[in-house]
This record gives sequence, structure tokens and C-alpha cells, in this order.
Amino acid sequence: MMLTDLTLAAARDGLRARRFSSVELTEAFLSAIAALNPTLNAFITVTAERARDQARAADAALAAGQGRALTGLPLAIKDLFCTQGVRTTAGSRILEHFIPPYESTVSANLLRDGAVFLGKTNLDEFAMGSSNMTSAFGAVTNPWTRRGDNAALVPGGSSGGSAAAVAARLALGATATDTGGSIRQPASFCGIAGIKPTYGRCSRWGIVAFASSLDQAGPVARSVEDCAILLGSMAGHDPRDSTSADRPVPDFAAACARGVKGLRIGVPRQYRADGMAPEIEALWQQGLGWLREQGAEIVDVSLPHSKYALATYYIVAPAEASSNLARYDGVRFSSRTEGDDLDALYENTRAAGFGPEVKRRVLIGTYVLSAGYYDAYYLRAQKIRALILKDFTDVFARVDALVTPTAPSAAFAQGEKMSDPVAMYLNDVFTVPANMSGIPGLSVPAGLDARGLPLGLQVLGRPFDEETVFAVGAALERAAGFAALPAMRAGA
Amino acid sequence: MSLDPAAIRRIARLARIRLDESDIAPMQADLSGILAWIEQLNEVDIEGVVPLAGGVQGVALPMREDVVDDGGVVDAVLANAPDRQGDFYAVPKVVE
Repeated sequence: MMLTDLTLAAARDGLRARRFSSVELTEAFLSAIAALNPTLNAFITVTAERARDQARAADAALAAGQGRALTGLPLAIKDLFCTQGVRTTAGSRILEHFIPPYESTVSANLLRDGAVFLGKTNLDEFAMGSSNMTSAFGAVTNPWTRRGDNAALVPGGSSGGSAAAVAARLALGATATDTGGSIRQPASFCGIAGIKPTYGRCSRWGIVAFASSLDQAGPVARSVEDCAILLGSMAGHDPRDSTSADRPVPDFAAACARGVKGLRIGVPRQYRADGMAPEIEALWQQGLGWLREQGAEIVDVSLPHSKYALATYYIVAPAEASSNLARYDGVRFSSRTEGDDLDALYENTRAAGFGPEVKRRVLIGTYVLSAGYYDAYYLRAQKIRALILKDFTDVFARVDALVTPTAPSAAFAQGEKMSDPVAMYLNDVFTVPANMSGIPGLSVPAGLDARGLPLGLQVLGRPFDEETVFAVGAALERAAGFAALPAMRAGA
Repeated sequence: MSLDPAAIRRIARLARIRLDESDIAPMQADLSGILAWIEQLNEVDIEGVVPLAGGVQGVALPMREDVVDDGGVVDAVLANAPDRQGDFYAVPKVVE
């Protein structure tokens, strides 16, 4: 077995037992990145020298018996997290030259626990997309291909670079963010695990803002337990984010071994959408069967307003984005395109710096917040958001978790679904309700479709009950025994 | 809801994004399509519902002490400015 094949938990154990060093582990990943990143484009920036320095320091700490939770473990950081002294682009031309003078809280927490950072991963521009096609730094290629077909597939989005990097074994795990499904959908498309924790579990400080009431950081990794280990380091209260939850961080990794005996698992009947692919429906039923065999009770439940979550999202998220992205004005920290006066400078800078999807969303958001339309769109959306949350609150009085498919399809080809924005938005139909309501959601690789592409199942849980989500996710993972490997990976 | 070209120009102006004439028609088609799809929300009964603004549940937003806890980092603040003069951001002349 190559070092790059290890799970994060196994690599941690190997480092602690001194079977290999962090420098050896880090060099293995840097070699894999050098070999595969020209094809996959998963990283926008590789910080090889910094990673080597961190690895040497980690080895010294381990030798001195001062290892912490993640000491010496090489990770990738989505290029939406500000990293002190390392360019942070958000996948946008407008931040092409932005070098943050500060470190995001989540990445600082990982550094505190000893992690090694390999570099910054590609993403849809400002995390707006489900395919990674909107990045100003080029598309990311999914390491998986269809059987008998070499067409380049999307890794999903917006955390497509993070998911592709982890699936191809270019990092042990990666940070990601999820505003409408941007952790879970790419995890499903790339055959890995990923969790969006409860809103407030991780600090948003230093993460380039998209939609502040929806954005939440989380990890992607190759196992549920690896996600639990990473989230344990990423999470925690931060006074610099007023929406960060001041509550203890449980031992998420321990929860993975709990099992599901006696748990009540809800199946929302509205998710059985018209035209669901039969193989996704079949995998869903199989997943429920695995949980039943392990002692869970399966309960039919109703979330009557979930079908409106996606359209509601496309009012709330663009509204918040139009406000958040107002700061990119060509004056303070973005690229500038000159104009004859200040207004022309703003307009030219934003025309040149933003890509088409970002412009669409900023314009939609500007419109739904504008005088005369606010009540009809934004206020109505906030009321429907309350109804979506109430559905979940009612259901979680009866069940401990919900299980659904993560996405309505497997990975699609680069260039597909690009002509109609709404067709692209439908990727997030199963994931968006968790963002609207703030609840945690995990995607677990559970099977392959007829063409050999991975499909994920989603576990949703009560607010701040990630432990049950991890317990259910780990139970699905054990039963699925997902061992398929992508065509493009380190050493293949 | 369909938007006419004048509405697209007005919204782009509010958002401070310059659109070329050739951008108007595609943007009009995209935004009208999105708004038409969003119209499904009109069928939801929202009578008496209290709007929900955020994702944090059951937690009052905290107040902090009104004290200065940061600052004195002018060069860090200005490090990413496209143009600066001394300790200031520089922009085109605003007042004649």
C-alpha cells in the first residue's frame, strides 16, 4: 500500500507509531499533486515549500512527544478560506491577486492541531455553482470516468477541487464549504464522504462570504470517521463570528462507532421526486434496508415545504450574495479596472472581475431586494424558510435522523447543463433544505451507477446532533463497503 | 415575471456592474427564466408566518464589550489596495 492510500485515521496512527514521517507522507502527496494536478486542476495554488516546513516541524513535535490531533497530516484547503500570506482567490478573477493578512478561524484551528497544508483547492467562483465550471481558474476534472468512456466529468461543486483532490489521493482530507450542497454534492460525485455541520458549528470568520445565513464550513475525506476527526478540529466557538455557537464540541469520531440500534430513521416522502433515476431510488431503498438490518426503525415522514426550498434558496442566497459582494469595488482589495470616474471604476472593475454566474446572482439579488419587490420576493422567501424549518422541527420530534439520496444524478460531463441556469440549480434539490433550516447533513458513498460512477446517500440530523448523523453515516458506510476506486488517482 | 431591457439596465446600474449592449438580451433571458421558476412560491400560504432570517436557532446574537480590540495595522489593511497614497486608498477624483 502507498502512503497516499491511507485514510487520515490510519496515517495518524502510522505517524504516531513512527512507521513513517510527516516529511515522507507530505512528499508522497506533493509527488501525486505534481503528477495529477495538470490533468485534474484540483489545486489553484500548491504551497510545497510551506508544506515541507510544516512537515519537518510536525516530525519534531512528534519526536518530542508533543503530537496533537492532526500533527503531520497533509490537508488541502478550499480557496475560499483566507490563509495568511497565501493567495486566496475564491475562484474569481476579481481576487486573483488577493493575499490575506490573516488566517481564517477554521484553517487556524487546523494549524493549531498540527495539520500540514498542501495548497488551495479550486472551486466554483465565489462558491456559486454545482460543477466547478464557473471557476476563473478553469474547470476541475473528476478523477472518475464512466466505464468505456473517457469524457471528462465534473467533480460537482462548489467544493469540486477539494473533493477531486481527496478522491484522487492528492490529500488525506480537505476543507470545504456548503451553502446549498457544495460539500455534499461533490462528495457524492467523487465517491467520498463530506459533512455540512449545523449552522454555527464552525466559525465563518475569514471565509470569503457568499450567503452568510447559509454558508457553513465542513470537511471532505475518504471515510466518515476521517470527516469526524477533521470536524472535531475545525469546529468550536469563535467570538469573531457572532453566529458561531458557544457550545462544547463533542467527540464526533467516537460517535461513528455507536451503531443505529433503536434509532428511528425518517424517509421524507416528498424526496421521491418525479423522475428519480431508478438506480438512485434502488440505492436509497438498499441503504434503508442496511439500517433496518442493523436495528433501526424506518419511518415514513412528510416535509411538505421542502419542494419549495430550492426556489426559496434562489431568492435568499442571491440577495445575501449581492450584499456581500458589494465589497469588491476595485478600491480596497480587489483587482481594479480603471474608469473615468468612481462609478465607472466600480462598474468596470465588477464587469471584468466577475464571471457570468456571479453576475446573474448579484443581479437577481439586487432585483429581489430593490424597492417595490422586497416584500414579494425576499420577505416571502423568509416566511417560506420558516415553514421549511418548522417541517424539520416537527419531523425531528418523531425521528432521530433522515436518509435521502444526496444528488439526483451521478457526475455529468463537463459542459452539460450549462445552457440553462435552472437545470444546473436542480443539482441541489436534495441538499438545499438543510441549509435553509441550518441542520447538519452528511454524504456517504454508497454504491455505483450502471456506468461505474459513485452515488451518495445523505443523512440529515437535528441541529447540533452531528453525533447521530455520524453514527448513521458510519453504519451506512460499513454496510456499503464502498471500495471502488477512481481511474485517476495517485499510483494508478 | 419577465424583465424588459430597461429593467436589466436599471438592475445592473444598481449593482454597479457594467453590461455591454450585447450582454443585455442573454441576461434578460436568464433572469426571466429564473424568476419564472421562482414564481412557484406564490402558491405557498404564508399568512401569519413569522419570517426567518438566519440559520442560528434558539440563540440570541451576543453583544460584546464596546472596546477597541484590534487596529494599528495600517500596512496590513492597505496591503491589497490596488492604489494607495500614503495611508489612504486612492480613487479617481470625486469632487471637482
